[in-house]
Amino acid sequence: SFRVSRSGLDRGSGGRESRGAMRPILMKGHERPLTFLKYNREGDLLFSCAKDHNPTVWFADNGERLGTYRGHNGAVWCCDVSRDSMRLITGSADQSVKLWNVQTGAQLYSFNFDSPARSVDFSVGDKLAVITTDPFMGLPSTIQVKRIARDPNEQSSESVLTIKGPQGRINRAIWGPLNKTIISAGEDAVVRVWDTETGQLLKESDKETGHQKTVTSLSKSADGSHFLTGSLDKSAKLWDARTLTLIKTYVTERPVNACAISPLLDHVVIGGGQEAVHVTTTDRRAGKFEAKFFHKILQEEIGGVKGHFGPINALAFNPDGRSCMFQTYIFYNSVILHSFSSGGEDGYVRLHHFDPDYFTIKM
Amino acid sequence: MMAEVVLIEDIEASATRLGIDLSSVDLDSIQLPRGEDFGIKSDDDDDLYQEDPLEFEAGFGNIIVVDNLPVVPPEKFEKLEGVIRKIYSQIGTIREGGIWMPVNPDTQKTLGYCFVEYNTPQEAELAREKTNGYKLDKSHIFAVNLFDDFEKYMKVPDEWKAAEIKPYTPGENLQQWLTDEKARDQFVIRAGSNTEVFWNDPRQLMPELVHQRQYWTESFVQWSPLGTYLATVHRQGAAVWGGATTFNRLMRFAHPQVRLIDFSPGEKYLVTFSSHEPSNPRDTHRIVINIFDVRTGKLMRDFKGNVDEFATGGSGGVSGISWPVFRWGGGKEDKYFARMGKNVISVYETETFTLIDKKSMKVENVVDFSWSPTDPILALFVPELGGGNQPARVSLVQIPGKEELRQKNLFSVSDCKMYWQNNGEYLAVKVDRYTKTKKSTYTGFELFRIKERDIPIEVLELDNKNDKIVAFAWEPKGHRFAVIHGDGPRPDISFYSMRTTLNIGRVSKLTTLKAKQANALYWSPAGRYIVLAGLKGFNGQLEFYNVDELETMATGEHFMATDIEWDPTGRYVATAVTSVHEMENGFHIWSFSGKLLYRISRDHFYQFEWRPRPPSLLSAEKEEEIAKNLKKYSKKYEAEDQDVSMQLNEQDRRKRKMLQEQWNEWVTKWKQLHEEERQLRIELRDGVVSDEEEEYEAKEVEVEEVLDVTEEVVAFDLDQE
Repeated sequence: SFRVSRSGLDRGSGGRESRGAMRPILMKGHERPLTFLKYNREGDLLFSCAKDHNPTVWFADNGERLGTYRGHNGAVWCCDVSRDSMRLITGSADQSVKLWNVQTGAQLYSFNFDSPARSVDFSVGDKLAVITTDPFMGLPSTIQVKRIARDPNEQSSESVLTIKGPQGRINRAIWGPLNKTIISAGEDAVVRVWDTETGQLLKESDKETGHQKTVTSLSKSADGSHFLTGSLDKSAKLWDARTLTLIKTYVTERPVNACAISPLLDHVVIGGGQEAVHVTTTDRRAGKFEAKFFHKILQEEIGGVKGHFGPINALAFNPDGRSCMFQTYIFYNSVILHSFSSGGEDGYVRLHHFDPDYFTIKM
Repeated sequence: MMAEVVLIEDIEASATRLGIDLSSVDLDSIQLPRGEDFGIKSDDDDDLYQEDPLEFEAGFGNIIVVDNLPVVPPEKFEKLEGVIRKIYSQIGTIREGGIWMPVNPDTQKTLGYCFVEYNTPQEAELAREKTNGYKLDKSHIFAVNLFDDFEKYMKVPDEWKAAEIKPYTPGENLQQWLTDEKARDQFVIRAGSNTEVFWNDPRQLMPELVHQRQYWTESFVQWSPLGTYLATVHRQGAAVWGGATTFNRLMRFAHPQVRLIDFSPGEKYLVTFSSHEPSNPRDTHRIVINIFDVRTGKLMRDFKGNVDEFATGGSGGVSGISWPVFRWGGGKEDKYFARMGKNVISVYETETFTLIDKKSMKVENVVDFSWSPTDPILALFVPELGGGNQPARVSLVQIPGKEELRQKNLFSVSDCKMYWQNNGEYLAVKVDRYTKTKKSTYTGFELFRIKERDIPIEVLELDNKNDKIVAFAWEPKGHRFAVIHGDGPRPDISFYSMRTTLNIGRVSKLTTLKAKQANALYWSPAGRYIVLAGLKGFNGQLEFYNVDELETMATGEHFMATDIEWDPTGRYVATAVTSVHEMENGFHIWSFSGKLLYRISRDHFYQFEWRPRPPSLLSAEKEEEIAKNLKKYSKKYEAEDQDVSMQLNEQDRRKRKMLQEQWNEWVTKWKQLHEEERQLRIELRDGVVSDEEEEYEAKEVEVEEVLDVTEEVVAFDLDQE
């Protein structure tokens, strides 16, 4: 059975207990480590990808699982959802990128590649998708742009643009403002901006001031004007999406696997840690798997959220902090004000709700 | 002079460009031309390089010249060579064709000397040492020299010239750092290839850099005990650094392949140690220990021999050696040093650097010894012998007279450990004894009062004498000690005093803290405060405890902490995670009362060491006077603290304001661009006006649907109202 909502229509209204401060809701559904999390625009749905083959959709406010998208035959690395919450696109190690009907769970189309697909991102207007493929069996990594047809029957597998990537894996590629550019980053630690018309390289981050090790994650601000990159060099960096100017650096004690920008406050959140295989100590904090909050402007650490066993691989802020805050307050008179979710190596998605103090942190 | 760093990535990149498989390159096989530094400057190459060609294959350091051989005709060549080979192959491996006897072309007889070439310079050195003066027969006494030394001897001028007396140049003030106006302390850290010295500046909540260098040392750095020198270790030897403003090299001590160093407590002498692998694997390592005068650089005494000559007693250390081999006694005057051998303790004095009375002290079966930190008193431990017929004993011996001051026999002993209080007033001996069944052990303490008449001994057993002792520590300059004891995962900690209220000659328990997450004790060097630390399994739990008040001042955690060290004044505590872990590397600085002041993260963090201070020059009376009028003295500093704190707040406020303004500029620009692009965005979305910035409101709609209607008569009970 598959039940899905659009823009908060189908929200159940009873039986929710009030939640304590910052106590997360545990969303158990994946059997393998999480790889990616994505909210829809309204923030009522949360899509999760994992190394098991089944992307899953959840109600964002109570953690109820709505269903899974079945059809991939390998780890799913990345997903994106269209602005109208109708389409889901997923990229997988099974060398395919698939389009799904969000509501019914039906597979609409499958793009097939010669190597694993690492990252997917819909353009403004959802008519294009940028996909990256891994270097594989002598093939270099690529950045490819596909046109997404309104009617799945008219969908073509042709790439509008193919950029042969730089050395190593590209971990993430996203659209720049007005779809004019594509911003990519990956194993070679360089952030690059490409022209979407010509495929030309427009800008490269500076080797000195930029990241020193693999960029693992890349996350845009709500308006797309700036973005945050997380790297194994134990830092996250904030960049201007139009000029690729480095604006801020957030330094932590462990490799960064995931990062996100708060849509509501001047905060960024960074998650990471060592991979489980490298952790020899029995203490679960040995790799420090907390998500850490930094003040976006002052670059100072504000706090952390504990509770993950294993490193954090994925993080996402609820894009709709304001309305969420309003509704919960009226109906449940509780303290749920804002939430973000994090996914870790242990295969759980945790939905963290902030207590009121979070919103009044004075720096 | 700083070397340019070549990143491994760059090397790999050029290897790829040149088509070289790096994994197939044996880096050790590459011979660099002599004298070529490839642009990598090193401070230490120049003259030491010349002085010590021993370690370079390219020199003739592995060849010896044996003189005063019999002069023989050709028919006896073979016999003589056989004799020489027999003698010299006992010492090391002679290279093939490594014996060469020059012949006088006129007489066809040998010239009375020969060359022997070994595999290594160490063997050659050993051969010179062992066979120089060897009596082949009455008229042939060997004169053996290293081939390389000939050059040196040839350079000696034939005529004696008076040594040039250099004019006296006053040295730098080596104790300048003690005159810091803010009375701050220094520390040294090593992280990556950098060695850095900082001021600890708790007012500014950060350290202030004093000096830094890349590749300053090849393995570790070490402060001298009074803080005057920073010692570094290099391939060619050790060096000490210091001075008024910056760290200049003050002296070098040539010792090829030095591995360990140790200062005498008064920092007059530096002991260096190296261990050389034998060319023949059947042989043992060869040990070289040198003792230098730190100020003049003069080699005062060297000790050479096989590893087993130095490896008696103790365990661990480098190649079977327990370091330091030589332990210094007699306090800061550096008068005596001693080492333990089989059934002997060898005590040397530093007037002549020879054995006291020209002989070692015979102590059958001695397994451990230690010096009083202040007086020339040795404490020796001899275990039980003859299956318990002869009891174990601890004795105190006065040096240089070697009289026994006190002795205590102990029965059923399995092990003993000695702990001196740092003023030399007390000695605690932890004694592990077998129970009657011999199946398990229990622990007690023998407490010696060294400064009292006849040195009274008191026995102390813990409340539960079966408790395992996890740690023991004397209060510095004090009369108290702390013990961590217990077998469980959370041991107890007890504090004792050597005094009781009525009787200062009796030990008493002050308190026991139950079930603590601690396994290490760190007393403040000023006494009174102690950090109860849970390292390793406890992951860096810290409790700052006041022993005067018997109360916890604060608890904290430095996750994964591996090292803890108080600053020499007892005002601050440093906790560090060194590179035994991959993550969390760096250090934290705390106040004595457990307030976290600042944190510094550094990758590949190897070492943290506070710069020691010499003892205070104030008399006890003066110190007491200051303690009494502390308020008066502290006023000035408190006012300064407040000024700095206000200044900091102001700086911080300004910095934040500036950051906020910068940010606002960005945001304004973005907003403007975003607005300008609005129309284009709408077009991209096929005319969908709604943009991110547009307010959207989700409404909850409650829908009531009548599913079924049933009517029911309900009995109305008046009483219930």
